[in-house]
Amino acid sequence: MRIWITTLLLSAMLPLVAVAADKARKDDRNAQAFAVMQASFVAKGQAGMDRLVQDKTQAACSLYAPGMPPDALAATLLEDNRNRVKYPADGNYLGDWKRGQAVAEEGRGKQSSDDPAEPSGGNCYACHQLDPQQIAYGTIGPSLYRYGKLRGNSEPVLKLAWGMLNDMKGYILCSAMPRFGGKDILTEQQLKDVMALLFDPDSPVNQ
Amino acid sequence: MRRRIQQMRKRLLLGGVIATALGASMLGAQSTSTEDALADYRAMFGDDNPAALWIARGEDLWKEARGSRKVSLADTCDLGLGDGVIKGAYAHLPRYFADTAKVQDLESRLLTCMVKGQGMDEAPIVKNRFGDGDRKSDLEALSAYIIDASRGVAMDLPMTHAQERLAYESGKAIFFYRTGTHDFSCATCHSQSGKRIRLQELPNLSVAGADARDTYTVWPAYRVSQGEVRTMEWRIGDCFRQQRVPELVFGSQAAIDLTMFLAKNAEGGKMAAPGLKR
Ligand code: HEC
Ligand code: HEC
Repeated sequence: MRIWITTLLLSAMLPLVAVAADKARKDDRNAQAFAVMQASFVAKGQAGMDRLVQDKTQAACSLYAPGMPPDALAATLLEDNRNRVKYPADGNYLGDWKRGQAVAEEGRGKQSSDDPAEPSGGNCYACHQLDPQQIAYGTIGPSLYRYGKLRGNSEPVLKLAWGMLNDMKGYILCSAMPRFGGKDILTEQQLKDVMALLFDPDSPVNQ
Repeated sequence: MRRRIQQMRKRLLLGGVIATALGASMLGAQSTSTEDALADYRAMFGDDNPAALWIARGEDLWKEARGSRKVSLADTCDLGLGDGVIKGAYAHLPRYFADTAKVQDLESRLLTCMVKGQGMDEAPIVKNRFGDGDRKSDLEALSAYIIDASRGVAMDLPMTHAQERLAYESGKAIFFYRTGTHDFSCATCHSQSGKRIRLQELPNLSVAGADARDTYTVWPAYRVSQGEVRTMEWRIGDCFRQQRVPELVFGSQAAIDLTMFLAKNAEGGKMAAPGLKR
């Protein structure tokens, strides 16, 4: 009888043990990468050694890659990121699409080789089609051609887009898209200008 | 040979226009695609690759007695197959070396051979690791020569030493490690086939397969936009810059481990380097 119970307990625990072992191995993976990288890089320009330290979202998305973090962890991190989104103080989401176009084109910003005194670009064309006149666009993200035209300009639509531009990791946890507000890549004004590029009826994106 | 090299020098000057266009394509302000411009360039050079100039200089450097010990690399440098053996050597790198008790890639191994074997000063070699116009890099020339000697040889890393397996695991961990202002890892840009950044095609380097093989086996490559032969360590370092992290130290463990990950994923691919790249 006792043996039977022990066997039952053991077999019930096995998957747990396996998960724990898997997790331990994977934890080691982030720690291992960090240790080797600490010893293999030197600070340069604006890129200090602190850039090698992961935040919780980065750690979770690395640990399980190419898979996804477990649902419960993902839900907590998504909520954290979403709660940190700062909405414009004046309630106005849209700036100047022409300036937004320049932000979307600019690839420099935050690299060790970039001048920290210059504003960073959004480099949206690296990953997205926007203005159809610009044929040098990348395909890591979906096409944003006619983004505003297809969705309209209602408050919920603008609010969602603002949120995603600020911190995509509040919406799609392990997205390839950087957190332009959450990581201080773009200023509030630059974000408004890029929003206008997406939503202004006069923007080439909506022609 | 000498005449061919002279002809090539002339064509290099002509090719400058295309090279400038290819450089500009990175900023996105061009009408032809990168692939088209590269095709024009290939048509102009035919079977010739300007890397031949680097190979020729690398051969001289390999055979010349240099350093405080006045010995040649050809007599003293073991790249894994014995002193002075270069044929096929690159196809089995990175690998564990007993004398340094470390896994080394070609670049870090060459550095060991030059500093420990020939008695050369490390600082100027490292300072000139990436050539720039008249300031030539010995490491780039030597790499071009040595890799050329593995043309047609299939990548084959048995990974029998525990440290080699550790290097691979560490390289994999670094490949997937997201960090910095933009949350990027190598995998952000290199874990799907058929994607692009602007017009630059992005190979999937995250798993063993055709992309990994076709990419790894053409590096080092003559980079048309820079007019220089660049090695894998340069390529990885420049991608780290785009990843917004600090500067990768030449010959560092992260560089070697990542190279191990990429090289193993290219297993079976036949070496065809130095290649020709944007
Ligand atoms: C490194 C790649 C990358 C960059 C740079 C990038 N994005 Fe994205 N973006 C993505 C990906 C990928 C998605 C799709 C979401 C996902 O699956 O992660 C996306 C989604 C979006 C969406 C939501 C699309 C929808 O379906 O509603 C918007 C809006 C957007 N991006 C705007 C921008 C803007 C504006 C910029 C520049 C300021 C930008 N992105 C820069 C990768 C990127
Ligand atoms: C932000 C995007 C981005 C990140 C992150 C990135 N790369 Fe790249 N990678 C590129 C682009 C763009 C190219 C093509 C560059 C060119 O043609 O000039 C490239 C090219 C390469 C190549 C040569 C491909 C070929 O076709 O010959 C290798 C190898 C490579 N990357 C490895 C890495 C590794 C390893 C990492 C991580 C340390 C990494 N990359 C991170 C964007 C990136």
